[in-house]
Amino acid sequence: MTLSSGDSKIIEPLLFEKSVPDRQGFTWPELDVPASAPLPSNLRRRQAPDWPELAELQVVRHFTRLSQLNYSLDTHFYPLGSCTMKYNPKANERAASWPEFAELHPLRPDHLSQGILEILFNLEKWLGDICGMDAVTLQPSAGAQGELTGILVARAYHESRGQNRHVVLIPDSAHGTNPASVAVAGLTAVTVKSTADGCLDIDDLKSKLSSDVAVLMMTVPNTLGLFEPKILEIARLVHDSGALFYMDGANLNALVGLVKPGDLGFDIIHVNVHKTFSTPHGGGGPGAGPVGVKKFLADFLPIPRISLKDGLYSLSEESPKTIGRVRSFQGNTGILIRAYCYLRLQGAQGLASISENAILAANYVRVTLAPLFPKMPVTPCMHEVVVSGDGAYGPGVKTLDVAKRLLDYGFYAPTIYFPLIVPEALMIEPTETETRETLDLFCETIRTILDESRRDPSLLKNAPTTTPVRRLDEVKAAREPNLRHTRGETSPR
Amino acid sequence: MRNPDTLRFAKTHEWIDSDGTVGISQHAQEAITDVVFVEVPKPGKAAQQGQSCAAVESVKAAFDIYAPVNGTVSAGNAAVSQNPALVNKDPYGDGWLFKLDISDKAQLNQLMTHSQYQDFLKTNPH
Repeated sequence: MTLSSGDSKIIEPLLFEKSVPDRQGFTWPELDVPASAPLPSNLRRRQAPDWPELAELQVVRHFTRLSQLNYSLDTHFYPLGSCTMKYNPKANERAASWPEFAELHPLRPDHLSQGILEILFNLEKWLGDICGMDAVTLQPSAGAQGELTGILVARAYHESRGQNRHVVLIPDSAHGTNPASVAVAGLTAVTVKSTADGCLDIDDLKSKLSSDVAVLMMTVPNTLGLFEPKILEIARLVHDSGALFYMDGANLNALVGLVKPGDLGFDIIHVNVHKTFSTPHGGGGPGAGPVGVKKFLADFLPIPRISLKDGLYSLSEESPKTIGRVRSFQGNTGILIRAYCYLRLQGAQGLASISENAILAANYVRVTLAPLFPKMPVTPCMHEVVVSGDGAYGPGVKTLDVAKRLLDYGFYAPTIYFPLIVPEALMIEPTETETRETLDLFCETIRTILDESRRDPSLLKNAPTTTPVRRLDEVKAAREPNLRHTRGETSPR
Repeated sequence: MRNPDTLRFAKTHEWIDSDGTVGISQHAQEAITDVVFVEVPKPGKAAQQGQSCAAVESVKAAFDIYAPVNGTVSAGNAAVSQNPALVNKDPYGDGWLFKLDISDKAQLNQLMTHSQYQDFLKTNPH
């Protein structure tokens, strides 16, 4: 990675750069069992691992400093559109860390695991209720694996009917994971066009529906934050052609407690618990992407399935039509416990207020920013607002520069340049957990930055200046990626 | 560099020369910003008008490049795969993407001339 200019703060060096040979932070205890014979040479590493050698205090300081550099929802507003960066209640974390959950062994027999099985069983049921689906699997480890699971279920369903349907239709505004999941499932993705207002082009859909089409995947509301007005007609067209209707649940935060996707005609849905149900957003860490289906698809869901009989919960692998396992053990249960906790805290009556407040917050931002953006949409949006920066900035200033300048003011930047059909797009999703004061401050900051863009564009072009690293050369990073650290190489300062 | 007035243009912002060479327009390269990756088709691939034939990735996003006419790919530009910046530097010259053996030359006449394309951009800037 290369920095474009200057530096503001010291970046924490890598542990490898601080390493000194033979420095130790740990002393092994005396061996209190007989030493075993060394491993046969063919099982031993050819080279000793190249680990950093540091004292304990150095390690503590290293990770504490890194944690202080961390930008997170617990420190700042994070209006990253399409990602639903809502607050993750600490009660979730507390429950998930209880040793009764955290220390459970995944191979414990069912009759000794009744508590966790009851939680998972109920979570399946509640997610099914919220989505209008009859059966749910909690197995997939992330949204994209949920997509893959859903597509494999659809493929197995068509094959069970002796039909070779190999095409999956996907709108051009979809998230990139949709076509990727389809390809991994061995099917072919075909794009359906959007109209200028970001909705599905019905005529293009009609021309592409055929006996080859297995599934139409759609995100509702769409990536412009708009509810698809012709959704019922689309569902009818899809079903008349013999295909299944799949909902990408990425934007479920706009529908919870208000609309059940099953009622709109969807047969399959995947849910991102890290968005809608307040579990942490990765950092590459564990996630969960539960999949819900209508009754006629339930037999195809992955195993194991949780069932309740005579007051006892059990896991079953006997399911002749299943697509098989998609994940070891019972999925990422620690994450699922957090989602369960969140739903218990909300209660049935709290669910609708999630979406209502998310929609209200997005529209509050839309109306507040409207005087600043000549192309601001005038129609109400759902849980996020997509703003075109076209014509709103001083000469030569791009949305990228505005996003970078926001970092200087202590805000995470919204998603930019997505969806592509909106020029100079800023995609703002405030979520339901922000106060009005925070939204006001954010909008006021945007106003300040737009003023700067006309008065002194260099403030934006040089931004960010207050972050640990300045603007990165993302073009060079993409054209000449250097992904492997070698000893002796120092990280950029 | 080719004179754009000698080229034909598709609504999806590809240009094609009468010898079958295909690239993206000056406007397109400006709009997608810095190109960081190009996937060119292999010779022999069948290309169908309006269907994806190559892919261009910029720091903003990945874009399908559609064949402006029917034909068979006779060459991919290895130089842009090595050095994607050529698409930005010289979209009508060294930044070409692939070359087609055009199966029906009449299809060229359905495409826009450079001045028609300029007018098209005024009403459809994106």
